[in-house]
Amino acid sequence: MRPILMKGHERPLTFLKYNRDGDLLFSCAKDHTPTVWFADNGERLGTYRGHNGAVWCCDVSRDSMRLITGSADQSVKLWNVQTGEQLYSFNFGSPARAVDLAVGDKLAVITTDPFMDSPSAIHVKQISRDPSDQTGESVLTIKGPQGRINRAVWGPLNKTIISAGEDAVVRIWDSETGKLLKESDKESGHKKTITSLSKSAEGSHFLTGSLDKSAKLWDTRTLTLIKTYVTERPVNAVAMSPLLDHVVLGGGQDASHVTTTDHRAGKFEAKFFDRILQEEIGGVKGHFGPINALAFNPDGKSFSSGGEDGYVRLHHFDSDYFNIKI
Amino acid sequence: MADVMLMKEIETTADRLGIDLSTVDLDSISLPPGQDFGILSDDEDVLQGGDNPELDIGFGNIIIVDNLPVVPREKFDKLEGVIRKIYSQIGVIKEDGLWMPIDPETQKTLGYCFIEFNSPLEAELAREKTNGYKLDRSHIFAVNMFDEFDTFMKVPDKWAPPEFTPYTSGENLQHWLTDEKARDQFVIRAGSDTEVLWNDARHLKPEPVYKRAFWTESFVQWSPLGTYLATVHRQGAAVWGGASTFNRLMRYAHPQVKLVDFSPGERYLVTYSSHEPSNPRDANRVVINIFDVRTGKVMRDFKGSADDFAIGGTGGVAGVSWPVFRWAGGKEDKYFARIGKNIISVYETETFSLIDKKSLKVENVVDFCWSPTDPILALFVPELGDHPARVSLMQIPSKDELRQKNLFSVSDCKMYWQSNGDYLAVKVDRYTKTKKSTYTGFELFRVRERDIPIEVFELENKNDKIIAFAWEPKGHRFAVIHGDNPRPDISFYSMRSANNTDKVKKLTTLKGKQANALFWSPTGRFVILAGLKGFNGQLEFYNVDELETMATAEHFMATDIEWDPTGRYVATAVTSVHEMENGFNIWSFNGKLLYRILKDHFFQFLWRPRPPSFLSPEKEEEIAKNLKKYSKKYEAEDQDVSMLLSEQDREKRRMLKEEWDKWLNEWKRLHEEEKLERQTLRDGEVSDEEEEYEAKEVEVEEILDVSEEVLSFEE
Repeated sequence: MRPILMKGHERPLTFLKYNRDGDLLFSCAKDHTPTVWFADNGERLGTYRGHNGAVWCCDVSRDSMRLITGSADQSVKLWNVQTGEQLYSFNFGSPARAVDLAVGDKLAVITTDPFMDSPSAIHVKQISRDPSDQTGESVLTIKGPQGRINRAVWGPLNKTIISAGEDAVVRIWDSETGKLLKESDKESGHKKTITSLSKSAEGSHFLTGSLDKSAKLWDTRTLTLIKTYVTERPVNAVAMSPLLDHVVLGGGQDASHVTTTDHRAGKFEAKFFDRILQEEIGGVKGHFGPINALAFNPDGKSFSSGGEDGYVRLHHFDSDYFNIKI
Repeated sequence: MADVMLMKEIETTADRLGIDLSTVDLDSISLPPGQDFGILSDDEDVLQGGDNPELDIGFGNIIIVDNLPVVPREKFDKLEGVIRKIYSQIGVIKEDGLWMPIDPETQKTLGYCFIEFNSPLEAELAREKTNGYKLDRSHIFAVNMFDEFDTFMKVPDKWAPPEFTPYTSGENLQHWLTDEKARDQFVIRAGSDTEVLWNDARHLKPEPVYKRAFWTESFVQWSPLGTYLATVHRQGAAVWGGASTFNRLMRYAHPQVKLVDFSPGERYLVTYSSHEPSNPRDANRVVINIFDVRTGKVMRDFKGSADDFAIGGTGGVAGVSWPVFRWAGGKEDKYFARIGKNIISVYETETFSLIDKKSLKVENVVDFCWSPTDPILALFVPELGDHPARVSLMQIPSKDELRQKNLFSVSDCKMYWQSNGDYLAVKVDRYTKTKKSTYTGFELFRVRERDIPIEVFELENKNDKIIAFAWEPKGHRFAVIHGDNPRPDISFYSMRSANNTDKVKKLTTLKGKQANALFWSPTGRFVILAGLKGFNGQLEFYNVDELETMATAEHFMATDIEWDPTGRYVATAVTSVHEMENGFNIWSFNGKLLYRILKDHFFQFLWRPRPPSFLSPEKEEEIAKNLKKYSKKYEAEDQDVSMLLSEQDREKRRMLKEEWDKWLNEWKRLHEEEKLERQTLRDGEVSDEEEEYEAKEVEVEEILDVSEEVLSFEE
């Protein structure tokens, strides 16, 4: 498995997203310009210029027409995927951290960081089919959790919103009323900041990665803890194979603590685990810094990782990978 | 004083709850720190009752000095002046703190006085320093603490025979040795927890024995034969052990104890503390107590300034090197010794006093060590003026010099005893002729042979730096890591050669190894060549009998390596000196990784030592000969366990899979139910094909070339 190294960003990567067809890969980094690549050969297609701060997160519509990006410049922007034209900009009083489009692409959930006096919040915005009708009003705003909300995604049938962040608690909210429905257990849940959250392809379960060196698999409806995967390093990014029962965890020693003695000290590996048996299968090395972002191609035959080192590494699996037995 | 229950209430409550109060050890109950449940303890009451907490409580800072001269009034001032002069050197006497009563009838002093110091510490010091002070021939001070007054008053006039408490047999403190599977125990400390575990290598995991949070305040330590586990606390040290679990067996009061050390036969416990002096220019005050482990009685205490205990022989760092008291080898715990300026003080444990009532005078001595088995001292005295440096062996208690060797132009010396006390190796660093650099040689003493022959031994390249030296335990071989390059060489030597000519024989040299430390198996034969620190934890498991490498491995960043007492397993650990990777690995003796446990903030890993085997060497040899007969049984057992394990493993996996499938089907059902709703959300788009990807193998045949050839065929 020889990876394709994609050098298009000048700052650490923050997020990766494939479109539904799996032919495009969108990458976000701290360098203000989200980039789109051919997911097959790693060729760069174009960039989306307009943000004035680190871009933390993005999502792409089911028909691959729209891209939504959230940035530290306190705005969330809608883009035309094809032309790179900015269609709309939602402005907030604080940096936007996470964005996720609902089933049907008519709603988006956006989280904002605590900033100055305002606490962190989850916003739900209406997305219009025609950009000229687009307004910036929030359908719903939820406040409550302490600290940053690092990820928020839609639950089944857009009825719930799942959020996780610095307070190490996973919460499920009613997306109509904004009521808190469920909260993860302090005992069994994460002990430190949850850095990432990724839904399975069909949405039945989701995986959270945390700085407590573990990742946990939860039931999307009941918020029951199903599995725990333990590693040796803080987890920054998680992804699940849509094809096989594999989960992949990325992370590593915090960049500010990286030792100078040995490259292995940081453990900047993407680790593969068996989803059901919770056993480690293998690892993919290569990054010079912690892995910040991971994404699986929807066909399950390739995945990409984005690191603190500014590289996106695109890996197409060898045929051996599909025959792994443990 | 809110909810203080009366004893009666407690009894009724206990009755109601069905608790037998007689079985409850009330002393063992302690409240969590910082929590008092509204119950004020008595001593707190005293503290809070006083308006001024600065107010002195008790008379701890007052001493009584007896045996003073009895003087008439005219001489009163003079005597007072003398006393004040003596005692104001030691501490600050309070204003009006010196009171010498006068007999109203005779108008003479009564021969004693009271002195009040600023602090109890000073009073304590004054008592220590001046008790027995000779003012003149007939006036020898007897100094006591005022607080002890009561104790002396209560001494009955008549001797009464002590009451005999009937003998109660204790629990079997060596119960762990009777483990059916002959496993070994170890203790680990991680975070605030201290845990004792079995090393269950067959099941490839540790089995918990006992766990306790905040068991110790700084570290834990096994006694040399493994009977006790010592913990240290602010008030003193404690030892734990027992048949089924870890009970506290004894406590040893020693405020602010810092270090502890057992005698090799674990009869005595030496505790050490060092206290900041009141005057910052003074050296720290050092208190050392020697306790009898079983009775908890103080056998002897030593107090003094840190300078008295520092071995400053080389004039280097002034510090106390632990252990201050080194015990002579053997199980009898007969002698212990410490080094002082130009002396070595050897004590014996029958009376806890110096042998022959005087220390051994050895001019300029800097280092000594006991033979691990016999009462033999090895001393090193560096060069001084015209006298050459020398190493000598001395028999105790006769103080006869068994052997002596003079050495010239020595810069430093280190002594290594072989574990049976058969050999002593002295590593000697000598100056070259220019005195600019040093080179290293060895003096090897054969202690068991007649007249103790000494052999001078040098490496082939005698300029090689010696990185490590280690004797094979119970054996006759030693290993040396030497060389200057980043990848040093390792050589093995034997003290026996084929025709027994008493000559050191070289066995082999391994070139260019990433190693800087040697760890012999406690049974000999196997050694781990380890590259710690700069080498990031390289491990090589080497068989010295066959002179071959059994395995090479790595425990990344490993800081500690410990063989289990039987030499079957090895633990390598990364302790909290590193931030990451904390935890330990257990390996078999031949370098197979058995299991790996990760623990954040990992501080200590210690195998529980075992007492020496009772088998005679002949019996051991016999067992080794018939090993096949014995091992059959165990091999069968091992196989059963491994079968069971893999069976369990399969079963577990099957369960997990089933559980998962059940859960997934439930989800699919719900998902199907919601299909229509989802379509509406997508404006009627039917495609709902999130799960429709499948891995399919498609074989594609491509014809590259077709060629025809006519072959002639003969029959």
